This record gives sequence, structure tokens and C-alpha cells, in this order.
Amino acid sequence: MATVVDSSNPKSDFPIQYRELNYLNCTKGWKSWFFTLDHKRIGIMYLIGVTVAFFLGGLFAVLLRTELLSPEKMFLSADGYNQMFTLHGAIMTFLVIIPGVPAAIGNIILPVMLGAKDVAFPRMNLGSFYLWMAGAAFFLAALALGGLDTGWTFYTPYSVTTGTAVRTALLGVFILGFSSIFTGLNFIVTIHTMRPPGMTWFKMPLFLWALYATALIQVLATPVLGITGLLLIVEKTFEIGIFDPRLGGDPVLFQHFFWFYSHPAVYVMILPAMGVISEVIAVHSRKHIFGYRFIAYSSIAIAVFGFLVWGHHMFVSGQSKVVAVVFSAITFSVSIPSAIKVFNWLTTMYKGSIRFTTAMCYALAFLFIFSIGGLTGLFLATLATDIHLHDTYFVVAHFHYVMMGSSLVGLFAAVHHWWPKMTGKMFNEFWGRIACLGVFLGFNLTFFPQFLLGTRGMPRRYYTYLPEFQNLHVMSTCGAYLLGLSSALMAATLIYSVYRGKLAPANPWGGASLEWQCSSPPPHNNFDHPPLAGDPYVMESVVYNEEIGGYVPVECQGANKGSVTASGDNEA
Amino acid sequence: MQMKLFIPELLANTVAGFWFPSQGSTVAESVDSVYFFILWVCTFFFVLIVGLMLLFMVKYRHRPGVEAEKTVTHNLTLELSWSVIPTLLTIVMFWIGFTSYLDMRTPPAASYQIDVVAKKWVWAFKYPNGWIESELHIPLDENVTLTMASDDVIHSLWIPAFRTKMDVVPGRYTQEWFKAIPPSDEDGPVKYPLEYPLMCSEYCGTKHSEMVTKVVVHETRGDFDKWLQNAADIHKNKTPIEAGEYFYKSRGCILCHSLDGSIIKGPSFKGLFGSERTFADGTTGIANENYIRQSILEPQAKVVANFPPVMPTFKGQLTDQDITAIIRFIEAQK
Repeated sequence: MATVVDSSNPKSDFPIQYRELNYLNCTKGWKSWFFTLDHKRIGIMYLIGVTVAFFLGGLFAVLLRTELLSPEKMFLSADGYNQMFTLHGAIMTFLVIIPGVPAAIGNIILPVMLGAKDVAFPRMNLGSFYLWMAGAAFFLAALALGGLDTGWTFYTPYSVTTGTAVRTALLGVFILGFSSIFTGLNFIVTIHTMRPPGMTWFKMPLFLWALYATALIQVLATPVLGITGLLLIVEKTFEIGIFDPRLGGDPVLFQHFFWFYSHPAVYVMILPAMGVISEVIAVHSRKHIFGYRFIAYSSIAIAVFGFLVWGHHMFVSGQSKVVAVVFSAITFSVSIPSAIKVFNWLTTMYKGSIRFTTAMCYALAFLFIFSIGGLTGLFLATLATDIHLHDTYFVVAHFHYVMMGSSLVGLFAAVHHWWPKMTGKMFNEFWGRIACLGVFLGFNLTFFPQFLLGTRGMPRRYYTYLPEFQNLHVMSTCGAYLLGLSSALMAATLIYSVYRGKLAPANPWGGASLEWQCSSPPPHNNFDHPPLAGDPYVMESVVYNEEIGGYVPVECQGANKGSVTASGDNEA
Repeated sequence: MQMKLFIPELLANTVAGFWFPSQGSTVAESVDSVYFFILWVCTFFFVLIVGLMLLFMVKYRHRPGVEAEKTVTHNLTLELSWSVIPTLLTIVMFWIGFTSYLDMRTPPAASYQIDVVAKKWVWAFKYPNGWIESELHIPLDENVTLTMASDDVIHSLWIPAFRTKMDVVPGRYTQEWFKAIPPSDEDGPVKYPLEYPLMCSEYCGTKHSEMVTKVVVHETRGDFDKWLQNAADIHKNKTPIEAGEYFYKSRGCILCHSLDGSIIKGPSFKGLFGSERTFADGTTGIANENYIRQSILEPQAKVVANFPPVMPTFKGQLTDQDITAIIRFIEAQK
């Protein structure tokens, strides 16, 4: 058991490591959770919700992959298969990846990183979680009311004519959009107004830059999705021609509206994960981040360029040739900031002292996977090759490399990096790393063969396929099983630690940003005194202390080793 | 299900190269060369990134007593070089992709015209002489332009061997053109007619994955014309029941109407002719020639009770003679 430092011991110069009374247990009962205004508790509830949704979406994925073991029917009908891939996509996108890093991890960490007591609008924050639950309820209702078979993209006129629960699902998307806007708005205001003394914009941790850029997209793009969903509901209900050519509408207009949100939404999913990687690589390499300003500006650049590239989803949709050419050109511009980030992360590791903690292993997996995910985007931005690859498994592989292999692996890195802070417990690093290896291998085995399927001629969303594709499908399915089992192992390792894990010190990895200065887990108000912010990447400002089992500020180390006490049971 | 456990064999593609199906059209070659250019650039950067990552992981792994070395935290020359060099490379990618795209998307003036109608879940290719076929027949070495429309939802016509694809959108026409070329004869002499898969690549519902047909490439224009004439003379060459069976299989009837009494989407043809039908509005009628003709041309006029009103019309796509053949075929399904 790690040594703990008691706040009641006035002789101790060490910061408080562990508090018996913390945000998790300062009040009790379900009401204290459901009506809490504490950003950390809201974040924990989000994390639980996102995890449940992740395993539901993952279950659908495993069922899909099982059906695809053979071109013949395994156990699903064609309609059942179509519903399954729709729900897999919709749940993973709207319920898992979009709220994953910002709403779950961001909620818990952002105010602590700022040395603040809470976000700017705590009630709006709780409201955002209620909206997420309401949106999730609508998705479940859609499932119960006959399912959904449009694909998560809801393309018209198919979605206007199908008999499945399109309206219920769209209302769910509409409500989830508000949840996302609330979180984004809250983060923008919090970052603008609640930075502590000494934290100028360019002294913010890069995770906050990433969340800020994400929040801008959430606030500016999500309303377009909301209104598009409403227009589709109106069209379906009152037969007013907007998107359906039968009624005088234009089906390609829907695609423009949909991707005007959904392309920037891709950056809502990846930017926060990039922010996580900036933190994790710096901390676990014990190095100052390299090229801080370029990473910060590249987050903003991605957010801005992200709004201008939606047409690259529509190169074969019938939009004009000139438009396609313009969108192709702008799309390349968005690849540069990503490349800048990757090179800066690599250079951060140079001459570091790299700890292969579970969080760092996920960050390294991220670098590998994101490189493939990012580079394969170039084939799809290029007009000539996209014509062949559009709507094939190549696209499926590409966006899973970015959305699953990068966004979700980034989320896994974040969960492991901040788990001691969130729960006050250390998880088992051995099993954590085994799970990480399983996720990495399972992921690549699932999705790399899909690039080949795509170039060789396998369209996406196919229930059955030509026999020559079976080998690659079997490989992909085996990978999916490994990925599923590894994710379950990861969850089991983490949940086990809550009950049996060692107590965590305040700063187990040696981070220099403010969240590592408050105890693990933080008390209700995060900090007793507003902390003073310095450069968040000067890793030399903390040193390892063996008695505590974690890092302490360099000025505390030295004469006071004897004053560390082993009890931590009272808190004023 | 036979599983081959030997990995290289698993990855092998018996019908094509490692990455692509064989090049069947003039644009395929330029698309592939653009693809391989990007692939080499990507491979270079991927090896660079992962190589450095692995090197740093080994060289700078944490060892007791060894602290991280303090290095500079920014370097403008480095930052600019890894911003500008990738930018220049992407400009090259854009340019070669763009020029190749213009060739793919600009149909030549002198071109053989075929009209395409897509509907759930069948293709109809209409030739200049009025003949409609569910497979796409084209002559080798000749420009062919498809003018495409959809009867219901969005479909997309993709021929992987030709590297070309275009959505088929209801309410507007889209175009796609290609010129078939002889494939490489590395694997022995080429046999004509050539056949390639053609498929729908935009999700369109239940049988999206069965909206697959083939492109048949005839070696000479003469062979193609002979095929077309022969196909159009179906009523001369076949008995009405045989012709009806051909239409049943090729025009999409088979997707919803079984011959063995089972229900797919619509009523089975088995024992249909002459039987009494009960309609959705409660009225009844005998399934005679006029009823079947009306059901083909105005499918929603008399929908049999307990079936969804989903059948599309075939008005303009079947001649009177074709319909007669279908009626005779249905009559033969006792």
C-alpha cells in the first residue's frame, strides 16, 4: 500500500496525497449523484454511460463480424444485418465517441487542470448529462420500435421511405446534439474565464487547447445536424418535399447538410484524443512537450479547416466536378496539422526517459494506428483514387483506424492516465498492458484486411459477398473477437482496481500540470487554495519519492522525509 | 467452410493482383499509378514514424538512475520542414489525382450510349434499339457512356475492374463513361467475352448486397452487335414460356416472387394463375391475364391482402409481347 500523507499532520511538507473524504464519498445516496453539480461526479456518470454504450455497440460489432464469417447466412437475416450495422454506427458515433473524451474525461479533468472548483455552468453541465441519457433512451426506443436500417448517415430518400423508427432515432440525435452543445459551451466559457493566475493561453496544457478547439466545433456545427434531423422528421411526417425527389426535394442537399456537421464531428472525435496523447507522451517520457505552439495552433487549424472539407464525402454523389476539385484541394490542407502533431510527439520522446506504463502503451499504439489512419486518408482525398475506393471497405478501414484505433485508443490512454486521479486507486499495470497489447493486435487484425477488401472490390454495408473475399473476412472477424475480449479485460482490470487496487498517490506518473497537485481522488472543491500555474510541461519540477510511491514537488523533497505519516483517515 | 490457415495463401487474391482486380479500362492504369504513388509516399512516412518511435522506445526507455535529458522545446526549422515538405507532397497528390479525375469524368463526344435505370435491387441497361438487359454488355476498345437514373432511392454503379463509380440519384441524371481494354495476358490467353462484377455501392436496403450483376465485354463491335440483335429477337428465338422465364430472372421479379410457394416479399407465382385473390380493400378477383398485366403496369392498383404495396411499375420497360411471355410463364407455374 502506498504511503499516504495526512492533511492533519502540520509537520508534513508534502502535499496531501490521499483523502479519506473525497468527492466520491463526501455525500451519499443516489440523489447525491443524480442531482450533483460536481463536474467530477457528472464526468464519472458520463464515463459509466459511455462504457455501457461502448459494450452495447461492441456487441453489435461482434455479431456483425460473426455474420460476415461466411457469405451464406450464419444467423442474421439481411434486414437484421442492416439494422445491426446501423445501430453499431449510431451508438458508437453519437453515444460513445463524441461524448467519450470531452464529456467524460474532459468533465472530470478540465476544471482540475485549470485549478478551478468547477466548470462555469455546473447546472448546464448536469443538464447535458440528462440530455445524453434522454438521447440514449430514444435510441433504445428506436431499437424497441422496430429498429433502424438507414445506416448512421440517414441518407435520403431511403430514410424517408423506410418503415423503421427513423423519427425516434432522429429525435435521439437531436437531443444528443444539445447535450454536446451544452458541454462545448461550458468548456469555452470555463477556459476563457476561469484560468488561474499565471496560466496564459500559451501556458495551458495542450489537452485544454484540444478541448477548446473541440468545443468550438461542437457549438458551431451541431445546430446544423439538429435542424437537418428536424427537416427530415418534418418531411417524413407531413410529406413536405425537402430531400425526397418524389415530393420535389433534393436528396444530395441532405448529404451536404449531414456532412456539414458530420465531417467536423470527426474532429470532435479525434481532437480531444490528440490532446490526451500530447499529455500522456510528455508525462510518461518525462519530457517537455516539443513544439507547444505548433501543436496548439494545429488544433485550432484542424477545427477551422474541418468546416471546409465536407464535400469530400460526396465525390461520386453527382455534385459538380468543380466543387469536387475544390473540396479535394482543401481536404489535403487538413492533413498537415495532423502530420505536425505526430512529428512533435515523436520529437518529444527523443532523449526522454520513457516509462512503458499502460497509458503510454496506449499512446504508442495511438501513434502507430493514427499514422495508418491519417495516411490512408490521402488516398480518399485524392479524386482519382477516391472514385474507386468510395463506399468500399477501404473507407470502413480508414475511419475505424481514426475513430476506433485513434479516438477510442486515445480515450483508453486517458482513462488509464487519469484513473488514479479519478478513483484514487492504482490498477494492475501488468494486466493493463496485456489488455493494451490485445487491443492493438486485435484492432489491426480486424481492420487491416479491410483495406485489401476495399481495393479488391468489396463494397461496404454488404450482407453477402463474393466467395473470394471470405479469407480476409475471416481474418477480420478473428481480430474483432480478440479486440472484444481485450476490451473486456481492460474494463475488468480497471473495475477490479476500484475495489482491490492500491491507494494512488497524488502524482503517480510525474505530471507537472495542476490536476496532479491535488490529492487523488480530489476533494469536493478540488483545491483548498487556488494553485499557482506554471509551465505545465516542466517535468523537472517534480521528483520521485519512494516512500510515497509517486512524485512530489521538487521543493518538498529533501529534509522532510521523516515526517511522512501512514494514516489518512481524517479530513477537515 | 474451408479455412486456409497458411497466411500468405490467405492474403492471396486468386483473381487479381495483391491490391487490385485486373485493369479492365483505360482509366484503371492511371488510377492505379496514382494509388501506388501515394502508397509509396505513405509507406515512406509510416516507416519513418514507426521506425523512429521504435528506436526511441528502445534507446530512451527508462533505466534506473538515468533521467530524461533536457533538450530544446522547439525548433522552427524542424517545424517548418515537417510542415512544408508534406504540404508539397500533398500538392503533387492533389494534382495527379485531379488530372486523372478529369479524364474519368469527361465523357468523350463519340461514345456509345446506354441508358441505365436502377431500382431496388436490379439494374436495367437500355440499349439504343430499345432492348433492356440486366447485365451490362459492351464492346471492347470503344467509348461507352452510361446515363443513369434511379426509380427509388440512391444507388451507385461500381465496376471495380474499371476503377469507376458514380451514384445513381433519383430526380436527376448522372453519367459515367469508360473504355474497356484487353486485360494483361500474363496468365495465359484471354478468353472472350470477358466478365467483371458490377455492383451497387450505395446502401439501398434489404437486398443491397444482391444488387450485383456483371459486365460482359465482347471482343469486337461485330460480336457485340450480334449479341444485341440476338437478345432483342428473344420472341423469335424462344418459346413464350422460355422468354417469360428469362424476364422473370433478369428483370427482378425473382427477387420478390418465388416459384416454390415460399413468400419472399410478394406472393409466390406457384399456382397463382387462375386462382382467386383477396385484395387489401377486401374485394376479390381472379388472377387472369388482365389482372397480371395490370399488376405489372400499375402494381398499386390491386394489392393482395397482407402484402406491402412496394412493387415498382414496369411501364415502359416491358413490351406487350414481353408481358404476354411473362403471363405464359406464370401460367406454367402450377
